[in-house]
Amino acid sequence: MSTVEIRKLHKSFGKLEVLKGIDFTVESGQVVCVIGPSGSGKSTLLRCVNLLEQPTSGQVIVDGTELTDPDVDIDAARRRLGMVFQQFNLFPHLTVLRNVTIAQERVLKRGRAEAVRVARENLERVGLIEKADSYPAQLSGGQQQRVAIARALAMNPSLMLFDEPTSALDPELVGDVLSVMRQLAEDGMTMLVVTHEMSFAREVADRVVFMDKGVIVEDGPPEQVIADPQHNRTREFLHRVLHPGV
Amino acid sequence: MTSVSDQQTALPSRGGLSPRKRQRISRGIQYGLLLVIVVVLASLADWGAIRESFLNATVAGKSLPTLFTVALRNTVIYTLTGYVLGFAVGMLLALMRQSSVAPYRWIAAGYVEVFRGLPALVIFLMIGSLPLAFPGLQVPGQVYGQAALGLGLVSAAYMAETFRAGLQAVPKGQMEAARSLGMPYMRAMVSIVIPQAVRIVIPPLTNELVLLFKDSSLVLFLGVTAEQVELAKFGNDQSSTFANPTPILVSGLTYLLITIPLGYAARRLEARQGAAR
Repeated sequence: MSTVEIRKLHKSFGKLEVLKGIDFTVESGQVVCVIGPSGSGKSTLLRCVNLLEQPTSGQVIVDGTELTDPDVDIDAARRRLGMVFQQFNLFPHLTVLRNVTIAQERVLKRGRAEAVRVARENLERVGLIEKADSYPAQLSGGQQQRVAIARALAMNPSLMLFDEPTSALDPELVGDVLSVMRQLAEDGMTMLVVTHEMSFAREVADRVVFMDKGVIVEDGPPEQVIADPQHNRTREFLHRVLHPGV
Repeated sequence: MTSVSDQQTALPSRGGLSPRKRQRISRGIQYGLLLVIVVVLASLADWGAIRESFLNATVAGKSLPTLFTVALRNTVIYTLTGYVLGFAVGMLLALMRQSSVAPYRWIAAGYVEVFRGLPALVIFLMIGSLPLAFPGLQVPGQVYGQAALGLGLVSAAYMAETFRAGLQAVPKGQMEAARSLGMPYMRAMVSIVIPQAVRIVIPPLTNELVLLFKDSSLVLFLGVTAEQVELAKFGNDQSSTFANPTPILVSGLTYLLITIPLGYAARRLEARQGAAR
């Protein structure tokens, strides 16, 4: 049973073709990391999965529902897809707790008490229950990102999308976010992660996908793609990432 | 004035005078000029007549309870009702400007151009003629309704532009985060984007309230009764009654009583926001 299936996905911005025919699947419970140089189209691919970007052509199928079908209620479909952004995008005018309850109440129509209970559960899960009444601006970047993960989890998604979740963080804050994600993977969450964290990809991912110039160059288990890449482009990229400045 | 002398100091010194000396001389001349103007004006003025006509305590006293209980009260009512209407219509226009339906964008842009380009007075002169265009139309609340409509139509155009700037200042990621949580577009607008946009534009919205407070004086062109009178007309009527301009000065001071603190509050809010960024 596949959770995400992407077929012949193309995406152009004006004349610039960013995705040139992407095919791949994410099985239920799998963690798939997408790596690649900047401008390779990996973030665009992720944003096409929940249709924050409208694909130019191709299909995105999640749990058997084709999201690219114009008749599909995209708002309903997005409820099952949690998304975590590079820039966190917490709602700055709301407290941490309200950030996590507002969509539960407005979208899932949960009552206030239940929404608060679910929010506290998930804040507990990311280790930030004591910050429930703070505002986002009072938190560090790493804390904000963990709240953003709790906010997405509170909607009970069947799939979590991570768009370079640690790229905007100071190096000493990366670890806390990654350990939350690692725990999530151990709990069996299906995850699609665009990342530059090679050690995370190697240790946590079931599969690593290497993208370059809008196509998937290599797709396989991490011990193959990262440790023993088959393609020149993958080798060059990994060399640059793993040995910066050499 | 000081900027002129500052510029002079920046020039290379010439004619034997050091820049600092020339600056001192220049400042001395400016003080001298000011003193001459004050002395000339003071000697030309008829102080007895000024006290009698503008600072007449007896006449001022006669306006007293009604100045506040009727005139100021009506001015506040006209201003606030106009402001509420302008706020709602202005927000609607700002949202229309972002609509994917092109005619909505055109209508909103056209509205803003027309109502910002027209003098508010012209709009007030036309409001009385509205029933000619829409037979049977009765603006509810008589003068109160007409005043709210006139002030609302004018301020909506300015507020629409303010809201538009505010909406654009909210980062795109906010809408994306809300949509990715499954919120429909309008829900995301109402719960996430608009509250942040309004916060951003509170200082200019406060300035708009000051402008509207002053524009409420145009209500006098709608033809008002003694109970509907606002500050400017009240002062004018009183000054005719007593053949003395003091009441006009008094109602002017009453405007300042409201506008100066409001303007101060707007600047404070602006400074606080600037510091928060």
